[in-house]
Amino acid sequence: MTDSDDTASGAPGPTGNPEPSGGSAFLDVRDLKVHFPTDDGLVKSVDGLSFTLEKGKTLGIVGESGSGKSVTSLAVMGLHRASRRQRAKVRMSGEIRLDGQELIGADPDEVRRLRGRRMAMIFQDPLSALHPYYTVGKQIVEAYRVHHDVDRKTARKRAIEMLDRVGIPQPDKRVDDHPHQFSGGMRQRAMIAMALVNNPELLIADEPTTALDVTVQAQILDLIRDLQKEFGSAVIVITHDLGVVAELADDLLVMYGGRCIERGPADKIFSAPQHPYTWGLLGSMPRIDRDHTDRLIPVKGSPPSLINVPSGCAFNPRCPYADVPKDDLTRTVRPELTEATTGHFSACHMAPAERKRIWTEEIAPKL
Amino acid sequence: MFSYLIRRVISAVILLLIVSAVTFGIFFLLPKIAGQTTDQLAQQYIGKSPTPADIAAVKRNLGLDKPVYEQYWEFLKGIFTGVDYKFGPEAARCHVPCFGYSFKTHIEVWPEIQSRLPVTLSLALGAAVVWLVSGITTGVISALRPGSLFDRLSMGVALAGVSLPMFFTGAIALALFTYQWPIFERSDYVPLFDNPLLWARTLVLPWVTLAFLYSALYARLTRAGMLETLSEDYIRTARAKGLGERTVVVRHGLRAALTPLITVFGMDLGLLLGGALITEQVFSLQGVGAFAVQAITANDLPNILGVTLLAAFFIVLCNLVVDVLYAAVDPRVRLS
Repeated sequence: MTDSDDTASGAPGPTGNPEPSGGSAFLDVRDLKVHFPTDDGLVKSVDGLSFTLEKGKTLGIVGESGSGKSVTSLAVMGLHRASRRQRAKVRMSGEIRLDGQELIGADPDEVRRLRGRRMAMIFQDPLSALHPYYTVGKQIVEAYRVHHDVDRKTARKRAIEMLDRVGIPQPDKRVDDHPHQFSGGMRQRAMIAMALVNNPELLIADEPTTALDVTVQAQILDLIRDLQKEFGSAVIVITHDLGVVAELADDLLVMYGGRCIERGPADKIFSAPQHPYTWGLLGSMPRIDRDHTDRLIPVKGSPPSLINVPSGCAFNPRCPYADVPKDDLTRTVRPELTEATTGHFSACHMAPAERKRIWTEEIAPKL
Repeated sequence: MFSYLIRRVISAVILLLIVSAVTFGIFFLLPKIAGQTTDQLAQQYIGKSPTPADIAAVKRNLGLDKPVYEQYWEFLKGIFTGVDYKFGPEAARCHVPCFGYSFKTHIEVWPEIQSRLPVTLSLALGAAVVWLVSGITTGVISALRPGSLFDRLSMGVALAGVSLPMFFTGAIALALFTYQWPIFERSDYVPLFDNPLLWARTLVLPWVTLAFLYSALYARLTRAGMLETLSEDYIRTARAKGLGERTVVVRHGLRAALTPLITVFGMDLGLLLGGALITEQVFSLQGVGAFAVQAITANDLPNILGVTLLAAFFIVLCNLVVDVLYAAVDPRVRLS
């Protein structure tokens, strides 16, 4: 009964990934592919990714370096196609709809006008992401004025207001400081102020706390959560740190090798994760409530090559359960996303019952 | 910012003093160490077959018998007070600022340099404008489309520009545009304020040939700097704000890419202001460089000392300007 191969995995849909139903979601990404032709071959950074996001909700995209999470966020922002030089280097297909507007085939200039206004982004390292030569105020003013026809004075007032809103003390003085005069946490706050200056409906935070002190991380996460409540925007948080999304995300999307391998409501994924890779991520996450004698369990091996992705399940070379499904299925057939419980999808050849047993009996007790 | 400026000026003045002391030492101390007698030393200041009276006059006028530091002090004092020289019955006054007096030509050094400075300034500054504009433009366009035909072509030309010596390109330019097709006829330097048009016309060829050499280097530096800057995170941020590509490239990219160029430019301009020896020679311009060549050929030590100090002054001055500019451009510099 344990190895009852594919019966429960169900027949994959004709399009491969089951599409999120509806189609009127605020952000609707379907079968997104972002490929980079290089001398060594085609790098398939994102290879068929679908998800939706509503306003007021937070989606956490989780995965290790090279899983395609940052490439996905830059694709949504149109930042792979911003300059002529970039456009020559990337191949994109699929659909990215922001409030119904298709972005992938759109005129780059049209996407540019959306950037910063309807969708904004904060980056990992605020020191390198802010221009060293311009004051923080100037950079926020610039972000505001590119989308609003106002004079400098009005924009400056708005910048001070935003700095105040993100919790920078004495904003009317700090507005004239340069980024290097800010501390790391303050810089990220300024970055957030800059991203939110135009009230964007979609905010993408790419590893917003990775470059910060642990003590500051929680403050920044709180700030993002508070601001989301206030502005009601849709938020995507990209991270390799499950602790970050545990605090913020309503939904989770776990990426591996440029694809989604598990997706669903955050509480379901944390309570009953379906994919062995997700188990690995949970096992390698340090937890304060865990017994100190237990060691962290790293995911063995290294991330897959995005040029020669392993056949079958991309995770198979690192999966301790790769031999559970019969007929070498893991190494020959790519598993499709299937719905385990409502809204909770995962891509694994193991039968749901089997996975449930492994999780409850072998993995969960060790966490 | 102000205290920073004061600090830089003070250190520049100190540097100039050191440079002048070292230069002075080379002219007056080294021969002594090498074992020259003061008679032999004095002889070098006069033309061929000097009379004992001449030698005695030089020795007395320059104070060659006194210790070197005293001579140096007299020299420095002379800059501010002027110096009187006596040659038997005759006397000569070296006026303020006295940077020396040629015993061979009986001409003061400073007025001679002063009369030639406009030529060198016109040549160097004009060429600088040409090479900055052409070099930076080429570099930016190349960086925006690396690997394109324009990029390869201009970088090829740039390589030629860097490798071809001035006396070659200058001669070719003269042969083509002055002799083959007399577009720019050979003429003497015309002061800018006498006739700006003629001034420019005389200088176009030297400007372009000199700029060719430098713009090649600047195009390559700009290209490399731009390519590096455009991959910076803050450029991505600028795009994420929705800024137009032109704003991104110019205001965010070029601004940062050009900062390192300031240093190189300061050095290059400083060197050129001390006299563009070869260019002035090729185009028969009577600038400071040509004067230096003549002084060296004639072994006229006071003149050589004068142009050396002038060159040092320009280099120190340009470095001072670079430091100040750097602080103005890069706010991070002011702190350190």
